[in-house]
Amino acid sequence: MRKTANNEQTAVHEATERRGPRDVIVNDFSIQVATVNGSGSQSANMVLMRSIFQMGVPVSGKNLFPSNIAGLPTWFTIRANQNGYIARKGEIDFAVALNPQTAREDLDSVESGGALLAEASLGLAGQRDDISCYEVPFAKLAADVVAEVKLRKLVANMVYVGVLAHLLSIDVPEVEEAIRKQFRNKSRAAEINVKAMRAGLEYAREHLVKTDPYRLKRMEHARGMIVIDGNSAAALGAMFGGCTVVTWYPITPSTSLVEQIIEYMKQYRIDPKSGKATFAIAQAEDELAAIGMAVGAGWAGARAMTSTSGPGISLMSEFVGLSYFAEVPAVIWDIQRVGPSTGMPTRTGQGDILSCYFLSHGDTKHILLIPATVHECFRFAQEAFNLAEKFQTTVFCMSDLDLGMNNWMSEPFDYPGDIPIARGKVLSAEELDKRGGFSRYLDTDGDGIPYRTLPGNPHPAAAYFTRGSGHNEHAGYSERPDDFVRLVDRLARKIESAREFVPAPVVDRNPSAGIGIIAYGTTHHAIAECRDQLRREQGIETSYLRLRALPLHEAVIEFINSHERVYLVEQNRDGQMRGILAMEHPDLAGRLRPVLHYDGIPIDARSITRAIITQEQE
Amino acid sequence: MATATDTPRPKGTNRVGLVIQDYKGLDSTLCAGCGHDAITSQLIKAMFEYGVQPHRVIKLSGIGCSSKTPAYFLRRSHGFNAVHGRMPAVATGAILANRRLMPIGVSGDGDTASIGMGQFIHMLRRNIPIVYIMENNGVYGLTKGQFSATADLGTKLKTGVANDLPPIDVCILAIELGCGYVARSFAGDPKQLVALLQGALAHKGTALLDVISPCVTFNNHDGSTKSYKYAKETEELLHEVGFVPFFEPIEADYEAGTAKVVELHDGSRIILKKVDRDYDPSSKAMALRALREFNQKTEFLTGLLYVDPKKPDFTELLQLHDEPLATLPAESLRPSREALDEIMETLR
Repeated sequence: MRKTANNEQTAVHEATERRGPRDVIVNDFSIQVATVNGSGSQSANMVLMRSIFQMGVPVSGKNLFPSNIAGLPTWFTIRANQNGYIARKGEIDFAVALNPQTAREDLDSVESGGALLAEASLGLAGQRDDISCYEVPFAKLAADVVAEVKLRKLVANMVYVGVLAHLLSIDVPEVEEAIRKQFRNKSRAAEINVKAMRAGLEYAREHLVKTDPYRLKRMEHARGMIVIDGNSAAALGAMFGGCTVVTWYPITPSTSLVEQIIEYMKQYRIDPKSGKATFAIAQAEDELAAIGMAVGAGWAGARAMTSTSGPGISLMSEFVGLSYFAEVPAVIWDIQRVGPSTGMPTRTGQGDILSCYFLSHGDTKHILLIPATVHECFRFAQEAFNLAEKFQTTVFCMSDLDLGMNNWMSEPFDYPGDIPIARGKVLSAEELDKRGGFSRYLDTDGDGIPYRTLPGNPHPAAAYFTRGSGHNEHAGYSERPDDFVRLVDRLARKIESAREFVPAPVVDRNPSAGIGIIAYGTTHHAIAECRDQLRREQGIETSYLRLRALPLHEAVIEFINSHERVYLVEQNRDGQMRGILAMEHPDLAGRLRPVLHYDGIPIDARSITRAIITQEQE
Repeated sequence: MATATDTPRPKGTNRVGLVIQDYKGLDSTLCAGCGHDAITSQLIKAMFEYGVQPHRVIKLSGIGCSSKTPAYFLRRSHGFNAVHGRMPAVATGAILANRRLMPIGVSGDGDTASIGMGQFIHMLRRNIPIVYIMENNGVYGLTKGQFSATADLGTKLKTGVANDLPPIDVCILAIELGCGYVARSFAGDPKQLVALLQGALAHKGTALLDVISPCVTFNNHDGSTKSYKYAKETEELLHEVGFVPFFEPIEADYEAGTAKVVELHDGSRIILKKVDRDYDPSSKAMALRALREFNQKTEFLTGLLYVDPKKPDFTELLQLHDEPLATLPAESLRPSREALDEIMETLR
């Protein structure tokens, strides 16, 4: 708000009056920044988020962006919360409007009592009397910082960071450090951006009077923590998990996972003696080839993976069936986005659970790991290889766009000393000698898992024939009904037995709770907050189980059995996990109530709370 | 290593001490007289004579009659019958996992030139080390006789239906895409075929053999341009092909201008003896001109169409570790604790 605009000042004053002077809100609000994509806004947003993080305040940032390179509206939401709630907050407390295309919408989106910071030329001041409104001539300030027109556009965004630093009491040295971190290898860019930020800061000090309630205050919470996106965490996990072959086809939102693997591998997986790579990365011609290469590599003994999203999953279907049936290890990361079809490629969801669990034709079933945090991305990336090699099949890691592409706070990752690089039942030439040969598909251990040999094994009895057609225990072609039934029954038993080896659910059982909540993946972050809301606002106690894998662990059944009603919260339209539970345990189906969210925006606590209350009141 | 001149070896064994039986597989279940069986026999012969170590070979195929054949040779090699048209991806993955393997891929014209076209051309483009044999009969056999994409314009099915689409020439494609070993042959010409197969085994990178392999059941009648009769009548030899493995000396003397000797990656040599025309297999332009000329006439030209023994293969481009990635020990696969600490520091 400019000091000169009397009428606006009055409006803001009234809003403040209504709220009352005691209402200073510290470390608990959301900011939504509306800009144009391709305008450098991402850097400014990251700096803002990082500055808050460096102040020790729990913070999360989510990029709501279009499927486009430049010129379309994009929003970034930041949430600071002293309680550590890091799910998206549905309400927008503080909006920053820099994009003329969405200015009106952005103005309307602010919660009553909230605040708006807008480019002065948009003329938004005075249009709502229930919020604080600040106007700043960003374009003009940027022009004073740098003469070049192209750069001017890019730094305009950093000006708003300076303005917010003043309005929200962000420590300026933290902002400067965040800028230098953001432009690590580009010192000139860093200096220009610091100047731009300072221009915003100075302008705000001189011209703006604070009327909104939001403040940031240093905390100890985030000390020692890291900020990382799920895709980078998965990339690190893959590298430390001994991944040797990565085959892929670019697709949003999974692309950055492999790009990060490439970065990390080039740095840490070159043999110092020979200067040669202990990994191979191939960008395939399509997802059919990407999974085909991973299957070929897994068959020949690599720890092989690919990373994709919904449309790629559809294309991989046939090879995944082969991997299941011929028992070849492979790991697939599915960074879920919104389908069907091209759907909304830059929006998040959990709509591939059912299709991945049963991917491919005929009787198939797969192991799915479902990380909820960046830490789990790091861990599951490693465990997935071990499970794929142990069970000789495809293992899926079901991340999503929200987890994969957004930045999350986390404790630093511990060295995975507790996760061995385990290669499963692979027989060497010496072992073959001792055993006097082997039968590729014979269940000699009674666990449904046969032994395999790798191509290149010089033992005369090592070779066998891998095929997607019917086969017997000795890997011979067979169309005999009894051979086939024995084979698919063993495969079912094998996958079934994986339930004991996949990550167990995390259960928080509240003895006084009558109802339970089940969620998985990124939905988790909204659940902690939702449970607090239910307790605080309605006196409803809940137990909570977070699923981390399929096939279903025994604990899930127990959990459902011990609650009258269980709300299964998912980010898809049809309640896919509920469908799986109801199919496998029809007796429990009656206790399950769906809470579904599928608009492409990360789920928030309030909408879950509301849905549960409504159903509880019925 | 045993050579032809020093150590006497037991009768019937090759330089690695194996007998031809060791290179055989199960009995074929294809139709009697199938061209594919003739190719399998020459492949067995080629590998036996060349002294291939069976455990180093992986046999790969897609789906179709031709793709069944890896079961009929090299019982002591790992085999992988993949999905339709997608064998190149499996071969690519396998060679990345273990660069010491020698992939032999058998595919058909449907598996390669229709459903598998995308993977086929990208395999060529990457120069994956593989001997890729396309057993070309112009029809889909397992589904009982539909035209494939290599069927010539105007060629007729048994029912009399004529093909009204032009054929895809995979050799032209391969040459355009820089494949370093491109040959065309005929299942009914065992002498030429075995030499071209051995040359392919000695080549580094993708070696493509397009072998006309008549389907006796669905495409061997009058009016077909992929029948034994038609192939015999219209085949023209570019040259006579001979192969001298690296472990044997060249014995014959060739008059100047009568033969070309091409040295392959492992020191083996392909000898191309002049028949009618002067032909330089290192010239892409000459190869493409000759192929187009014969395609125009719906006749076929056989021999080593194009060769470039020096082209780097995919594993070299990736600068892969000399040891197979598949069997690297865990300690070379997991970076150190310090590495993780260093990375964590950048994320604070």
